[in-house]
Amino acid sequence: MFDYSFHWRPVVKSLPELIQAGLVTLEIASLAMLLGVVIGLCLALMRMNMKGPLKWFAVTWIEIARNTPALFQLFFFGFGLGAFGINLSPFTIILTGLSFNCAGYLAENFRGGFQAIPVMQINSARCLGMNSWQAYTRIVIPQVLRIVYYPITNQMVWAVLMSSLGMLIGFRELSGETQFFASKTFRVFEYFAAAAVIYYVIVKIVLGASRLLAMRLFRY
Amino acid sequence: MQEPISFFTGFNPNDLWFLGEAALKTLWISILSITVGSVLGCIFGWILHESRFAGGIILAPILDVFRSVPLIIQLVLFYNFAPIVGLDLNPFLSGVVILTFYTASLVSNVARGGIESVDMSMRRASRSLGLTYWQDLFHVVLPIGGRTVFPAWIGVVLGVMKDSALVSVLGYVELLKASQILITRTQEPLLILSIAGVFYFALSYPISLYASRFEKRWAK
Repeated sequence: MFDYSFHWRPVVKSLPELIQAGLVTLEIASLAMLLGVVIGLCLALMRMNMKGPLKWFAVTWIEIARNTPALFQLFFFGFGLGAFGINLSPFTIILTGLSFNCAGYLAENFRGGFQAIPVMQINSARCLGMNSWQAYTRIVIPQVLRIVYYPITNQMVWAVLMSSLGMLIGFRELSGETQFFASKTFRVFEYFAAAAVIYYVIVKIVLGASRLLAMRLFRY
Repeated sequence: MQEPISFFTGFNPNDLWFLGEAALKTLWISILSITVGSVLGCIFGWILHESRFAGGIILAPILDVFRSVPLIIQLVLFYNFAPIVGLDLNPFLSGVVILTFYTASLVSNVARGGIESVDMSMRRASRSLGLTYWQDLFHVVLPIGGRTVFPAWIGVVLGVMKDSALVSVLGYVELLKASQILITRTQEPLLILSIAGVFYFALSYPISLYASRFEKRWAK
């Protein structure tokens, strides 16, 4: 039944490269999240407060991002835009694709967060002489961030996992690097097992860091 | 003078059928793995709730692995692992197996949340009215807890349906893979990706619309 001999040596040899690639994964996920949070915030505000084309733009973005697979979105940015003669590098493709996707999901989270803040608070802030910008940045958004902190953490984990799709568009993050080595040495199982372990560790590190950050941020 | 050979042919209505068939395959693999995975996930969730040892120490870490490793890595890993232990699986079956466990790991958390959302005092009351443990579980906890976590379950269903696109990595021709095949033949990525996107949207949007209606009705 078990006449397969495992060869772990090549994996151990290329471990530094794999860990390096793991850092690339972390980097791309963080960048995508950063963009996603900013865009998602804008989309949520546009969807709630605007009328006309801006609102429909936000609604379309959110619904497309939430109702089609992330891989499809990556292909769209990769091959679809190629039809217009816009050829992005794999790094840009995965960054735009992930940010697009994260922004859509986060926008809905933010919308839920904004709806949990009573309108009265904005009114009272305005009464106290703040303009609308101040009311949002000083009263509403700090509370919203507290509400959506755990959804954001979840989304960060998803971003790390989704960045593995880079493998399919030829970007050399952890999965891409793993596939590269796997096809070089034909040790597919061993390499992917190592990649799984590294992903697991990355996710645990992200969750641990977010918990520490939460302890620091939400002391009161 | 010979006629130049044309490698690419244009998009014709037959290809629409091809895509539609592929969309049905996506639907079929999702329905299969979501059904089995949800039942399995409910059982796992019940174990997580009931048993500290079997649930907390053995099952929870295993389910955690399925959530912390990218689906694409899981698929490749399992597809390459099955022959090692002597299983002969085609891409469809290995996709179903992994998607089922993936669904189960996500649903188990939802199910546990559902069981814990039912007040302990209500369960005690039903027990003291003479219901057995199983009657209490099926006639009290299931209807009440089920309603609470129904939107979360829909979220899982939508996620798995979109993630089923990743089975294309193993060579199973579902919607996304079919669109890639067509792109290679017709060289019209934008058109075909748009059609594939419309198909995905048509599969996923009605469900998410229904879920938000349901949520609104229950919020009243």
